[in-house]
Amino acid sequence: MKPDAIRTAFLEELVKVAPDIDPDTVGDSDHIQDDLELDSMDVLNLVTALHVRLGVDIPEPDYPQIATVSLAVPYLESKLG
Amino acid sequence: MGVFNMPSLGADMEAAKLVEWLVAPGDKVNRGDIIAAVETQKGVIEIECFEEGTVQELTAELGTELPVGAPLAVILAQGETPPTPPEVSEIAPIAPAASKPSPAPAPVPFVAEKASISNVVRASPAARVLARERGIDLAGLSGSFPGGGIVLADLEAAPSQEIPRKTVPATSPMDEMRKAIAAAMTRSKQTIPHFYLSESIDVQPAMDWLSDRNEGRPPTERILLGALFVRAAVRAAQKVPTMNGHFIDSAFRPAKQVNAGVAVALRGGGLIAPALMDAGSMNLEQTMAAMRDLVSRARAGRLRGSEMTEGTITISSLGDIGAEAMTGVIFPPQVALVGLGAPHVRPWVVRDNVVPRGVVTLTMSADHRVSDGRQVARFITEFETLIAAPETL
Repeated sequence: MKPDAIRTAFLEELVKVAPDIDPDTVGDSDHIQDDLELDSMDVLNLVTALHVRLGVDIPEPDYPQIATVSLAVPYLESKLG
Repeated sequence: MGVFNMPSLGADMEAAKLVEWLVAPGDKVNRGDIIAAVETQKGVIEIECFEEGTVQELTAELGTELPVGAPLAVILAQGETPPTPPEVSEIAPIAPAASKPSPAPAPVPFVAEKASISNVVRASPAARVLARERGIDLAGLSGSFPGGGIVLADLEAAPSQEIPRKTVPATSPMDEMRKAIAAAMTRSKQTIPHFYLSESIDVQPAMDWLSDRNEGRPPTERILLGALFVRAAVRAAQKVPTMNGHFIDSAFRPAKQVNAGVAVALRGGGLIAPALMDAGSMNLEQTMAAMRDLVSRARAGRLRGSEMTEGTITISSLGDIGAEAMTGVIFPPQVALVGLGAPHVRPWVVRDNVVPRGVVTLTMSADHRVSDGRQVARFITEFETLIAAPETL
């Protein structure tokens, strides 16, 4: 899977979990909790959605690895590879 | 039962707009059945019937803004005779468009699909705000949120229609929500003699137990620390009944079951605290599943009236990041609120050694008309004991 496709998938699942976020305004270094105001339940729902969509299991200690788009894309790429 | 009136859906609600009927004349209804959906400042809320009977007549018109107490329908118990025509004029509808007298039961314009929610527009609170600002008719859009709810992205795609506005609203719906919260919280602070007790609690055992438990499990089976807090608060409330119930008509009415209100912050502003009904009967896994469901419905804008009004104690947690303590305002007519700060790593004395531990500050807000420091201290001790033994939750 190409980084662009991973990025799209991540943003689409993020917006499904947090429907009030406009994906066009999400910056690569925006923190999903500090900047985008996801709470712990939203983060768990995002992890669940990524698991379903990409088949990637993100264990709890790795949650910080998906805290921003620029962290999440290479992390998910390595898990998919 | 007779006339079914617009219920109050919380201390901060004065009126709501009727957006959907889920019953039709002739339908039999039971206690707990959903009768209608109304749009409030906090999203669409489903209102339930409190007795069983047969729907005789739907008196309120769809699309009408109705104050609390306005007649909605006539529902007759078995053997009951229809009342004299309901005096609709007693409580005038708020919307000028609806000021004409309620007509004889109009032919129901649709075949009511029972328990179907396809007729109502599901939309997140932020989508409603934007739609109103831009004059976009939500009914003309299809939603992309699971279940068909309309979210901000769906509006971006919709052409902004220039619907001439009859009057420019002086305030936005978000302002309305702010005002509603202000009114309820002002009332709370003016009528409830609050007092507070705090305790910093070592939650490292709970955090360690949880990461062991969640390790290797798929995300759908993982449990959050917040669910442990809710579970511990529910069990503590069962032990200390003066923290659990309602203060109504100058008297405290302890509740038989614990309906745990869970404060959910809405993105874009505002707060909502729907209740996990009968949380005392749930185990930890069920508590987590119910919280997940409740948060997702709060976000999509589809909660039930009972969840909005029948909470018996509120648990407000700042989550896993943020400030270390919070002193909350009690949600009337409840008599206590459990405020939990985010866990912070602190130097802590464990068996005569100073070690780093995850510590949470619990601050209990209580109503002095109902309880004193002693009962609150007991609640906190119960909570602390339970959270120290997470495997028993």
